[in-house]
Amino acid sequence: MTDTMTQPIEVSAPPRAPRRSPLRAYLPLVGIAVLAVFLLVIAPAALSSFRLNNLGKYCCYAIAAVGIGLAWGRGGMLVLGQGLFFGIGAYAMGMHLKLEAAGPDAVPDFMMNFGSGVLPAWWEPFRSGPFTILAIVVIPAVVAGVLGLAVFKRRIKGAYFAILSQALTVAFAALLVSQIKYTGGQTGLNSLSTFFGYNLYDPVNKQMIYFIAAGLLVVMLLVTFQLYRSRFGELLVATRDAEERVRFLGYDPANIKVVAFVIAAVMASIGGAMFVPMAGLINPREVSALASIMLIAGVALGGRASLLGPAIGALAVGYGRTSLSESFPDQWTYFLGGLFIVVILFIPNGLTSVIPKAWRALASTQRTRTKVGEAA
Amino acid sequence: MDVVISQAFTGASYGAALLLIALGLSLTFGQMGVINMAHGEFLMAGAYSAYLTQKLVTNADFSLVLAIPIAFCVAGLLGLLLEVLVISRMYHRALDTLLVTFGVSLVLQQAAKDLFGAQAKAVEAPGWLDGQIPVLGYRYPLSQMFILVLAIACLAGMAALLKYTGFGRQIRATVQNRDLAETVGVSTRRIDRLTFFIGSGLAGVAGVAVTLITATESTMGSEYIIWAFLVVVAGGIGQIKGAVIAAFGLGIMRAFLTYWTDGSMAVVLTFLIVVAFLQLRPQGLFAVRTRSLA
Repeated sequence: MTDTMTQPIEVSAPPRAPRRSPLRAYLPLVGIAVLAVFLLVIAPAALSSFRLNNLGKYCCYAIAAVGIGLAWGRGGMLVLGQGLFFGIGAYAMGMHLKLEAAGPDAVPDFMMNFGSGVLPAWWEPFRSGPFTILAIVVIPAVVAGVLGLAVFKRRIKGAYFAILSQALTVAFAALLVSQIKYTGGQTGLNSLSTFFGYNLYDPVNKQMIYFIAAGLLVVMLLVTFQLYRSRFGELLVATRDAEERVRFLGYDPANIKVVAFVIAAVMASIGGAMFVPMAGLINPREVSALASIMLIAGVALGGRASLLGPAIGALAVGYGRTSLSESFPDQWTYFLGGLFIVVILFIPNGLTSVIPKAWRALASTQRTRTKVGEAA
Repeated sequence: MDVVISQAFTGASYGAALLLIALGLSLTFGQMGVINMAHGEFLMAGAYSAYLTQKLVTNADFSLVLAIPIAFCVAGLLGLLLEVLVISRMYHRALDTLLVTFGVSLVLQQAAKDLFGAQAKAVEAPGWLDGQIPVLGYRYPLSQMFILVLAIACLAGMAALLKYTGFGRQIRATVQNRDLAETVGVSTRRIDRLTFFIGSGLAGVAGVAVTLITATESTMGSEYIIWAFLVVVAGGIGQIKGAVIAAFGLGIMRAFLTYWTDGSMAVVLTFLIVVAFLQLRPQGLFAVRTRSLA
């Protein structure tokens, strides 16, 4: 400290910003294209129907993960409770499919067993397919909008927000379990038979549903790519890094955050909705705090702030969960816990940050080698 | 009227357990800005310590008392280990500690499941806690009263420690202004570890207490942790006064809501009430007044 007083202050040139070719901005599109080719061309050709169905489920997690990447990675809001929105979408879809399975004017089986045998009024609209699709988008948007406004306008942030969002998910899952008359309780909604009129067990239809899920993932990635390039994307990152400065510049950071939170919620809901026809059921376990945390784990593993990272991470965690819990059901929890500790401690920006770094390091050593070669 | 009194007392006992958990959380959060999701597992460690103590001592009358200091040390040491190994590496990334400690909590839960089995263990209540005590016409079970007394004793001990001892002064100095405390010679690193030890230890004591009202199992921590966090959020971070009021408030509210509706509805309603409350006081009941923008 004292040395700076006596020694002349060295003025060094400001570090030059890395030169970026305009084409570089479109690099993520190449990544999306590669992923799209893998999901839509290679996987359907190479995988068995069962494996493809599983991959479809991971795609649903990935759709939710893209939203988490937007809210958490770019917006700095740790959304610990995305299971809530995943669950809203899933239960909306589940209710529609359950009513389809029951047939017109009939009541789902569990309501005969546990309830009064009369369809509650708020179930009735879910007989309509278009209403269900609308509900899958609108309900989470409204819930997230109201909650976001209540929280962010009062400048509640950071850990407070994370805890509140998790508490809400825990409460929602508990509600699903207890309101057995309306939700099927612990078993949830199962024995579904059709998807908008198409038989769920027909292999051709199964493949179609997979294509819808994988296609939706690609679409979500493209939407997010465009969002990241927009002014909104810039503002979101600015809010994450220096909320006060954004406020001083005349923007309301709360509005920016609410928009990002709503988009993330809708994505989670869409993922949840597509999850149901592939899993053939939905139950509170898929909505719980642990399910939400698994989504976060995927995002952290892949790289929270990158575009493709969350999706790839979620696919990897989904795959890891299936294959590990097939062989060692108990070890999976250790693995998930260890994954969190290692990834967050040592590679906070995820795997997608490691690969370019390694690539650059490799490229630079090659360059120096050639230089040395020229000198010799 | 009877119902009102009985629910109030049941809620107060639950609130007392919450207070014990929330005290540690509030301390570490207030001082270091660290969210420790594994705090609930320290509660579980305390509960299993009580179970093991009972296995070894076999005399239920004596083992519960013996279990309190043991649980304090077990949970405290676990906390210390976590602080030294993990949390001290990431003080500048507060939000990320939440995720890392969640990972730790998953590992600890599974470890407990592997060690003690998935089945819930019952800790036998000592004979001298068997009776009831008539209060305002309500027969207050002694075991529930014990939790209340234990929490008040811990609270008094904590307050005395903070107020009258050198350690306590240093803790308060670190909470108020870390840089300034360091400048006048407080080893904030050492204070951080001490705070973590005490905070985690209190969760262990809470674990012993809750063996009297719930079964001991590997997932018991995650049940309490959410409530404890709501207490911290509603009470104001790093505020003992706020934590006390919020813990008893939420505990009693939960008892009444559970009585009127059911357990899960009570969680939902309490959550909504806390969010509504934060609209009025975003910093919790008692906020540290500051001019900083953050």
